[in-house]
Amino acid sequence: MLSKNQARLFFLGGTVVFFLIFLALSVNTVSSGIPKKTHSENITEAVVGGKVLFDENNCMGCHTIFGEGAYYAPELTKVIDRRGEAFVKGVLSSKQSWALHGRKMVAYDFSEKEVNDLVAFFKWVNEVDLNGFPPEPDLKK
Amino acid sequence: MKYKSQKVAYMFFALSMVLLLLQIVYGFIMAFAHAGYDGLHEIIAFNTATATHKNLLVVWLLSGFMGAAYYIIPEEAQRELVSVKLALIQFWSLAIVGVVAVAGFHVGWWEGRKFLEIPRALDYLVVVNVLLFLGIILVTLFKGKEKTTTAMVLAMGLFFAALLYLPGMIWFDNQSMDSFFRWWVVHLWVEGVWELIMGGILAFLLIKLTGVDRELIEKWLYVIVGLTFLSGILGTGHHYYYIGAPKYWLMIGGIFSALEPLAFLGMALFAFAMYRKGEKNHPNKIALYWTLGTAIMSFAGAGLLGIAHTIPQVNMWTHGTLITAMHGHLAFWGAYAMIVFSIISYSMPLMTGRKLYDKPGAHYAFWLSNIGMIGMTTAFAAAGVAQVYLERKVGLDFMVSQNALHVHFWVLIGAATLFTIGILYYVVNFFKHGMPTDEALIDNK
Ligand code: HEM
Ligand code: HEM
Ligand SMILES: [Fe+2]
Repeated sequence: MLSKNQARLFFLGGTVVFFLIFLALSVNTVSSGIPKKTHSENITEAVVGGKVLFDENNCMGCHTIFGEGAYYAPELTKVIDRRGEAFVKGVLSSKQSWALHGRKMVAYDFSEKEVNDLVAFFKWVNEVDLNGFPPEPDLKK
Repeated sequence: MKYKSQKVAYMFFALSMVLLLLQIVYGFIMAFAHAGYDGLHEIIAFNTATATHKNLLVVWLLSGFMGAAYYIIPEEAQRELVSVKLALIQFWSLAIVGVVAVAGFHVGWWEGRKFLEIPRALDYLVVVNVLLFLGIILVTLFKGKEKTTTAMVLAMGLFFAALLYLPGMIWFDNQSMDSFFRWWVVHLWVEGVWELIMGGILAFLLIKLTGVDRELIEKWLYVIVGLTFLSGILGTGHHYYYIGAPKYWLMIGGIFSALEPLAFLGMALFAFAMYRKGEKNHPNKIALYWTLGTAIMSFAGAGLLGIAHTIPQVNMWTHGTLITAMHGHLAFWGAYAMIVFSIISYSMPLMTGRKLYDKPGAHYAFWLSNIGMIGMTTAFAAAGVAQVYLERKVGLDFMVSQNALHVHFWVLIGAATLFTIGILYYVVNFFKHGMPTDEALIDNK
């Protein structure tokens, strides 16, 4: 039968081994994987400005981006593809709560620069290689 | 209760109870908004409600874990806490930081990062607070007579939980990097180090409630936490499939996260095996209910409902939908809310000397909250499946498919009402115990 010492060894050994593998993979992901997949060279000042606004206003508290966030409002990863730039600008600069289908968005009334930064951010997000997410609807007629 | 300083746990448990009630209020606000009634939109928009709901959850669970540590560590180490005064300072500062954070969410003082919305300035206070907590716990443990495996696993879980808060405090210009390190906190907490905390508390309770030999219980504790890290560390990859990280995570995350339920299965088998083996004469039956309950419900919520969407081919469709909310509720409830309820139910009669465990209210609390939570999970599941089908498979517009889901949120509200009645029974029973007293001390020899 397994002894307590063997059990401890299993715990400590397993933890160290798998932690080291995880660390090695993370280094690879952070140093070359993500920069390549996200075209990090395209992160301009405007894109960062958009990201800051996205963060400060907690857009993720209603929407998802890369599938992460809350499930109250549309997924924004491909919003530029889906809606086009003009539509997105309209939503962001609206003085009234945007509510095309009854559910309200916060009326941010962003300035022109802010709107442009957010659009730059979404355009960058739009081009990130997400290994096929979001999937094409396969039952669409 | 064997040591006077264990009483400090009461404060943390009481804070947990209050914050849990507040968390539930915000849950209802969101459920009504999903059902089409967002009357509070101008005052408490959905993103305020969600940040509050999630952070109150994390804070009340951490407060419960801290209370558990203040109760368990003296008993395991066989000495008083090094300083009750510092523990009380730590308590009040935790409560203040928590209240300020929640108030801040209502005026837009936050970061838009799910679960980590607390703004940077407050993060530093959280760090100081947690360092003080760890200092008290670790010094007590190392000055103690015994360093039991149970205490060491619990302390290790708390220590690494604190350490893993730090990667969440770095700013990244790149959204994918931001997400990558957010999971070092969120995933490595709930599917890593928090399982050590849960395992430590579970082992303590099983030793006390079943009377089975400590050596045997602690041996299996090692096996369980071994399985946790063996699967859970590389299992982080299940969050890296679709965020702009390399493709190898699909394979690695898929395989290792599919193994994660083993640790939860281990906990369930372990708890029941010890129960069968042990004497069945401990008077506090309700503590045993919660203890065995957490072992089963964590396997259901984290294990079964986790594996249901962890394979990349499935997750591709369900990623970021109400399916995730289904799993999130039962997993957090089964594993972490219920373990906190277990230690509270066990320790309150011992701290206060009032044996309220036979009262019907204690049983209503257990059954109503669990049945309610299973109902809520089922409502989220139905909504999630419908959402995946309509939005992802058929390709309907997001809001068009959402408007077809209102009925599921009415079911959610119904089940949540049952759940809330159960919780109210629990909280009322908690406060009926009154304050802890030195008269409840039992002989140390
Ligand atoms: C009356 C009780 C409750 C109700 C009505 C409720 C409702 C909700 C709703 C509507 C959401 C938002 C989903 C979205 O993003 O659109 C949510 C999120 C969440 N709630 Fe609750 N909740 C309740 C209690 C709880 C409890 C007791 C827990 C933990 C044990 C919990 C944990 C969570 C978590 C973890 C999330 C985030 C889920 C995710 O994004 O995947 N909730 N809740
Ligand atoms: C007690 C343990 C667990 C808790 C409290 C928990 C809770 C959660 C929460 C709250 C989320 C949403 C996180 C976010 O979007 O920020 C999530 C996501 C996820 N969990 Fe868990 N979980 C647990 C264990 C597991 C296990 C064991 C598995 C796999 C077998 C699993 C599989 C997943 C997957 C695949 C996602 C991503 C969903 C998506 O793509 O949207 N979880 N979990
Ligand atoms: Fe995870």
